Amino acid sequence: MKINKNLAISENGFCLNPVTGESFSINPIGAEIIQLFKAGMTSEKVVKELCTSYNIDEATMERDLYDFVNVLKHHQLIQADEKN
Amino acid sequence: MKRTKITVGVTGINPIDSPGPGIPVIRGIRDSVEMESRIIGLSYESLDPGIYMHELVDKTYQLPYPSAGADRLLDRLEYIQSKEHLDVIIPNLDAELYSFIKLEPQLKQMGIHMCLPTLFQFEERHKFNLDEFGKKYDIPVPKSKTIYAPEEVYGLEKDFMYPVVIKGKFYDAGIAHNPEQAKTYFNKISAKWGLPIIVQQFVMGNEYNVVGLGDGKGNTIAAVPMRKQFITDKGKAWAGISIDEKILLDMTRKFVKATKWKGGFELELMKDANGKYFLLEINPRIPAWVYLAVGCGQNIPEALVKLALGKKVEPYTDYAIGKMFVRYSYDMIVDISEFEKITTLGEL
Repeated sequence: MKINKNLAISENGFCLNPVTGESFSINPIGAEIIQLFKAGMTSEKVVKELCTSYNIDEATMERDLYDFVNVLKHHQLIQADEKN
Repeated sequence: MKRTKITVGVTGINPIDSPGPGIPVIRGIRDSVEMESRIIGLSYESLDPGIYMHELVDKTYQLPYPSAGADRLLDRLEYIQSKEHLDVIIPNLDAELYSFIKLEPQLKQMGIHMCLPTLFQFEERHKFNLDEFGKKYDIPVPKSKTIYAPEEVYGLEKDFMYPVVIKGKFYDAGIAHNPEQAKTYFNKISAKWGLPIIVQQFVMGNEYNVVGLGDGKGNTIAAVPMRKQFITDKGKAWAGISIDEKILLDMTRKFVKATKWKGGFELELMKDANGKYFLLEINPRIPAWVYLAVGCGQNIPEALVKLALGKKVEPYTDYAIGKMFVRYSYDMIVDISEFEKITTLGEL
């Protein structure tokens, strides 16, 4: 997963897409996921990381991550050529 | 640094609900560390707020309406020049640009410099030429058509899908969803701004704008793209944010290089759902939101003054991304004696 490299995200989860000028408020888990992707983690590793941190089953985590990634895609926060 | 003393005449000092660019242009010039400026406001109405903004405008003279013609304007500018010794004039309103471009040689003889597009550039980018302009310079534009009579709206279905945008020659626009609405907008806008009327295919999406400055040799001296964040019922940006969009900057450089544009300009664009940009309009002057560019590190008004004076200006290469402007309105308290002076004497 590749988050747009210029995406700016603050500690409070305020996120600006500098290409479109759109801004978003992202909750703490969403912000954590973005930071993990920005650090270069794959989706699989993010799922594992969050399952451990939040004591959640893998299937639920995968489904929630899939939904969140779709929201990111919708708002063009993920680079267009990335399929995963 | 020793600051150069300079006297600059600025029009469009009407920061109202559809704001003229004069006041933000003046703010840019005032921010210059190289120039010590005396600002002469050039107004058309006695209630243009800039007349009374003495912290920004040193003195104001009324100008004849553009409809009075270039000769009347020249007479008035000769009088103003005899009093003020202007170095530069920055015309900021679409409706007056034709006269100023025509008068450029005479004004230069009087010692007044300007940085304006040529008459050809000014005419070529007109809304009613946009179709041809897009083809010539390979810039995507929405399909458009020029019409001269209200009855012509009934044949639009052949070439357009509703909704369409009905636009005035200089200002004003409305989105029509059927021929009846199109006819209403035709009558309303043509009554105010004359003919022709431009019909443009409506593009659903987000509005983006670029403010820029060309040196007349094909070089882009400045360019800052912005996304409108809040739009008034008149379609004016009340808040916006500078963005990092390479496509817009490339389009801007392509436009300036191809046309050898001289002076300030604004590109109005729409980004559709597929992420494709369409050029909707080219405004041949600095827009009212130019102070955002100044705040981002590109002092376009200052650079324009320097270009007008024939000075070498290095192109800006960078600007701050994610800077916002938020406009506000403000009530000034004005003594009736000031209103009396500008109304009766034509200067204040």
